[in-house]
Amino acid sequence: MLFNSLKSVLLTLYLFSKSIFLTLFLFSVNAIAHAETTLVAVASDFTKPMTEIAAEFEKATGHSAKLSFGSSGKAYTQIQSGAPFEVYLSASEKYPLELEKSGHVVANSRFVYAIGKLVLWSAKPGYVDDQGQVLTKGGFQHLALADPSHAPYGVVAEEVMAHLGVLEKLRPLFVQGENISQTFQFVSTSNAELGFVGLAQVIDIASGKIGSGSGWIIPDTLHSPFRQTAVLLKTGAENPAALALVNFLKSPTALAIIEKYGFGLPK
Amino acid sequence: MLTSADIATLWLTCKVAGLATVLMLILGTPLAWWLARTTSRWKGVCNALVALPLVLPPTVLGFYLLILMGPSGPIGQLTTQLGLGTLPFTFGGLVVASVLYSLPFVVQPLQAAFAAIGDRPLEAAATLRAGPLDTFFTVVVPLARPGFMTATILGFAHTVGEFGVVLMVGGNIPDKTRVVSVQIYNHVEALEYDQAHWLAGGLLAFSFSVLLLMYSALKAHPVAHQLK
Repeated sequence: MLFNSLKSVLLTLYLFSKSIFLTLFLFSVNAIAHAETTLVAVASDFTKPMTEIAAEFEKATGHSAKLSFGSSGKAYTQIQSGAPFEVYLSASEKYPLELEKSGHVVANSRFVYAIGKLVLWSAKPGYVDDQGQVLTKGGFQHLALADPSHAPYGVVAEEVMAHLGVLEKLRPLFVQGENISQTFQFVSTSNAELGFVGLAQVIDIASGKIGSGSGWIIPDTLHSPFRQTAVLLKTGAENPAALALVNFLKSPTALAIIEKYGFGLPK
Repeated sequence: MLTSADIATLWLTCKVAGLATVLMLILGTPLAWWLARTTSRWKGVCNALVALPLVLPPTVLGFYLLILMGPSGPIGQLTTQLGLGTLPFTFGGLVVASVLYSLPFVVQPLQAAFAAIGDRPLEAAATLRAGPLDTFFTVVVPLARPGFMTATILGFAHTVGEFGVVLMVGGNIPDKTRVVSVQIYNHVEALEYDQAHWLAGGLLAFSFSVLLLMYSALKAHPVAHQLK
């Protein structure tokens, strides 16, 4: 009697544990089969929004995205040399087009994920007026911008100055950051009185306005469209996570994040 | 081929590296002498401080120099009060930053050379009534000659090859702070690979000739000769 009951208890325990193991096993197989990881090269100006988008992406799909931040030009050179990136979020249109020509891109995968916005900014409150008249008035020694020879923010900054007719007058005052983050550091440490930075760098997310110092959000009409362009690279053509990420970047969740950080939405 | 802008960056690099090397030798020699001879308990601290720039990534060091030398930094306020303005984005700022960054490459070979001399030549000089300065220039400097050569070569070469600090502190201004390493980087970023190859090749050839010249000079006057 005692033996029988003990036996039934043991049997129950055995079956119970077996089912737990089986469930766990099935779960893990499930996870292995469906949760993939994708490696993404991200333009440094898109660091903040992309970090948040990646977190939402993991929540929504179970896939994960590993982000590598840097200048778009550097990532371009690395991709040309066989870097294992699967998705490339460039700050400009130029590099994705070049990669298309060299056959690194999945056909028809190129799309604009955000519109960059340029700000003339100073760490000093009240220094930059909301019309940018400080540029014509002068009275400063250094004007920071990203290097126009390769950085997209520098290219549009030059266009704005050309439009206002002050480009050649201001050129001797240029100090050039290697990328937009370095340009921001020149201005935020007050070594340059003012400079052209990205809205994402100076926006206060809670209020949607420029957080500190003073700035002029430059209207899109003063420069050519600043289309931040992404492509799916051939390395990621077979990876469901890469495909899912490209789709997720167009989702309402992602667009809301992109807008919150001071980018325009693709039309 | 090399454009006139490329050649301007080469010339600027020579000026920065040359001036920085001279300054590092002037500053580094007494410092290395003190470090080699002292029994002070601060020796360890000073040794560590001199070696610190080796640890920090150049762009990080550049960032802090930007803060320190900027209008609200202590060095920046000092230079402003002295009527010099602030140092970032100037030739002077580039030289100061290079001196700080490359100093360990000058101090350490000198310190090793001074320590290797030992007490005996100094004592011998003293018995011959040589004063400290006389001893230093007629006994120590000739004996430490290989150390001086190594320090000069390393200090110069390291400044020529520097990128992160000068990019940060210099602001990449043509003819003023755009040195050759920054120019090569610019060419690469702008996808002008041909120009990058030419300039990098030119820099390599130039650096190789300078180093070869210095090492041949070192070989032509072996130390053993002077020890006799």
